[in-house]
Amino acid sequence: MFTFILRRLAVVIPTFLGITVLAFALIHLIPGDPVLVMVGERKLDPEFYKAAMTRLGLDQPLYLQYWHYLTGMLHGNLGESIVTHEPVLSEFLKLFPATLELSICAMIFATVFGLAAGVIAATRRGTVLDHGVMGAALTGYSMPIFWWGLILIIVFSVNLGWTPVSGRIDLEFDIAPRTGLMLIDTLLAHDLDAFKSAVMHLILPSIVLGTIPLAVIARMTRSAMLEVLREDYIRTARAKGLSPVRIVLVHALRNALMPVVTVIGLQVGTMLAGAVLTETIFSWPGIGKWLIDSISRRDYPVVQGGILLVATLIILVNLLVDVLYGVINPRIRHAR
Amino acid sequence: MSLLQIENLSVQFGAFRAVNNVSLTVNRGEILGIVGESGSGKSVSMLALMGLIDAPGVVTADALQFDGQDLLHARPAQKRKLIGKDVAMIFQDALSSLNPAFTIGAQLVETLKLHLGLSGAAARNRALELLELVEIPDARARLAAYPHQLSGGMSQRVMIAMAIACNPKLLIADEPTTALDVTVQAQIMDLLVSLQKQHDMGLILITHDLAVVAEVAQRVAVMYAGEVVETSPVPDIFSTPRHPYTQALLASIPEHSKGASRLATLPGVVPGQYDRPAGCLLSPRCPYVQPRCHTEHPPLQATPQGTARCFYALNDAGSPTHG
Repeated sequence: MFTFILRRLAVVIPTFLGITVLAFALIHLIPGDPVLVMVGERKLDPEFYKAAMTRLGLDQPLYLQYWHYLTGMLHGNLGESIVTHEPVLSEFLKLFPATLELSICAMIFATVFGLAAGVIAATRRGTVLDHGVMGAALTGYSMPIFWWGLILIIVFSVNLGWTPVSGRIDLEFDIAPRTGLMLIDTLLAHDLDAFKSAVMHLILPSIVLGTIPLAVIARMTRSAMLEVLREDYIRTARAKGLSPVRIVLVHALRNALMPVVTVIGLQVGTMLAGAVLTETIFSWPGIGKWLIDSISRRDYPVVQGGILLVATLIILVNLLVDVLYGVINPRIRHAR
Repeated sequence: MSLLQIENLSVQFGAFRAVNNVSLTVNRGEILGIVGESGSGKSVSMLALMGLIDAPGVVTADALQFDGQDLLHARPAQKRKLIGKDVAMIFQDALSSLNPAFTIGAQLVETLKLHLGLSGAAARNRALELLELVEIPDARARLAAYPHQLSGGMSQRVMIAMAIACNPKLLIADEPTTALDVTVQAQIMDLLVSLQKQHDMGLILITHDLAVVAEVAQRVAVMYAGEVVETSPVPDIFSTPRHPYTQALLASIPEHSKGASRLATLPGVVPGQYDRPAGCLLSPRCPYVQPRCHTEHPPLQATPQGTARCFYALNDAGSPTHG
C-alpha cells in the first residue's frame, strides 16, 4: 500500500510542474504591464518604472524569472497582493477554511443523496421511481447554479424565512477563529446558538453547490450498480441465501463504488469552480469570492497564486481518490 | 422418499418457454447427471429451483419438494434459510463467481455467519478447515487472498468450499469444470465426487460431457430444447439409448467415431424462440421422423429402463419401434 502511494506521488510531480508553468505564463500572456497596472492612473516616472521592474525581477530573462518563481514558491512565497500587500498564501489560508467547510458539506450532501438515489433507481429499474429519480437528477444537472441559488433564496430565505440569505453566521456572534471551520469553532466555543446559526447558513449554499455533483453521482451510481448487479458474483451471493439488502449494499455497492469514487474526485474540481459562483451569490467569504474580487481588481499575483493553489488542491484530491481506489479495489493495490 | 422432487417445472421469458414441464427427482446420496446442449434449459431449470430467476422470467411448477419442505410456496425469507445451507450451487465460471472486492476468507465466513451463526475465531477456523477440505495448498495464507490472486482451478475449489460450508444435503454443480484446463478438470471432478461420498450429498451435475456422466453419475436426464427427453440409469443409457436424440448425442462422442473420416453429427440446430416445431421438438432433425411426430407432441413414456419422450422409442438394437 505504501509503495502504491509513493508511485502515485511520483506521477503527481510532473503534473504540478505543468501547472506552475501555466500559472507563470498567465501573467505574461495577459496584455498589459504589471508595473503599469500598479501605477494606475498616475503619471509614470521612467526612473521609477525601471526600479520597479528590477525590484519585481521583470528585467531578467523569462527562464530566470520562472526559476525564481519556482524556488520562491517552494519556500512558500507566492508573492503578495498588489492591493492589500498581504502575502498571497496567508490570504489564501485565511479564506480557505470557509470554502473547505462549504465544499465538505456540499460533498457530503451530494454523496449521501446521490448514492441513495442511484441505488434506489438501479434496484427499481424501469419503475416510476427510477424515472422520477433520474429525471430529477437530470433537472438538477441542467440547472444554472446562479439561478438555482436565487430561487432557493427567494423561496426559503425571503418567502418562508427559514434560512438566512448570506454570510457564514449571524452578526451577533463573535467566534474566535481556531480551525477556521465555523461549525467546529462554534462548538469549541461551547456556543450552541452560534453553531445552529452556522448550520442554518450552510444549508442553502451546500444544496446549491452540491446539486450538480449529486446529479452526476446519482447517474453514475445507477449505471455502475446496474452493471454490477448482472455479475456472476451477485448470483453467487444470492445462491448463498443472503438478503437482498445485504446483496445490494455490500456485494454490489462495494464494486459499484469504484467508478463512483472517480466521479466524486472529478466533481471536486467542478465544485471549486462552482464555489466561485455559489460564494458570490451567498456572500460566502471563501476563496471563490476572493478570486472573483481579485480578477476585478486586476490583482495579478493573487489570481496567479490562487489558481496555482486551487489547482494543487485538485491534484491532491485526485491523488486521494487514487489511493481510495486502491483501498476499494484490491486488484489495483496489487498491480505492479 | 426422494430428497428433491420437481414436478412440471416451467420457466417462461415473455413468449419464450426456456424450460417446459421438467420433472426430476434426486435421492439422498445420489448423483444425477443432467446432459444437454447449450440452451437446452438445464442451467435455467436449476436456477429456477434455487429461486435465482429474475423478472421478467416466470417460474411455475406443480411441486418443488426438498427434504420434505415445500419450496414452491415458501416465502423468499424462508427459502433463503435453505438456499446456501441445505441446497448449494456452484457455477461454470468460478473466477467471476467470486466477489473481487472481498477476500476468500471474508466470503467463506459470510456464509458460515449467515447460516450457522459462527463468528470470530470459530468462523475463521471453520473457513480454514473448509479450504483444507477442498485441498487448497497453504490454506491459511489463502484466507487473506483476493479472488484475482487465484487460478481458475483454485477459484472453483473455493466455490466448492463455500457451497459445502454448511454440509448441504444437495449440491448443484452447473458445468463446474467447463472453464478449466483439462488436467484441472479431472482433479475438480474427483474432489466433487469424494466430497459427495464423504457427506452423503445429493449431487446434480449439469454437464455436456457424457464421459463425466458415465464415470460418476448413477442416473441421467437428457434435456433438449427445454424439455427432459430421456431419463435412465447410467450404464443403460450408454448401451441402450431410448430416445433418438440421446442416440445422436452418444454418436457424437469423438471416441465413437474412431476410424470414420468425419465425426457423427445431428444435422440442424436446437430450435430457438421462434422456430419451435409444432409436434416433437426433435422432429426436424430426427433421422427416424414419422408423420405423427410433426403434429403431435409426445409425452414422456416409460421405457424398459426409465422414460423417453418419443412415440417410437428405440429398441435394444437402437432402431425405432415403428418398424
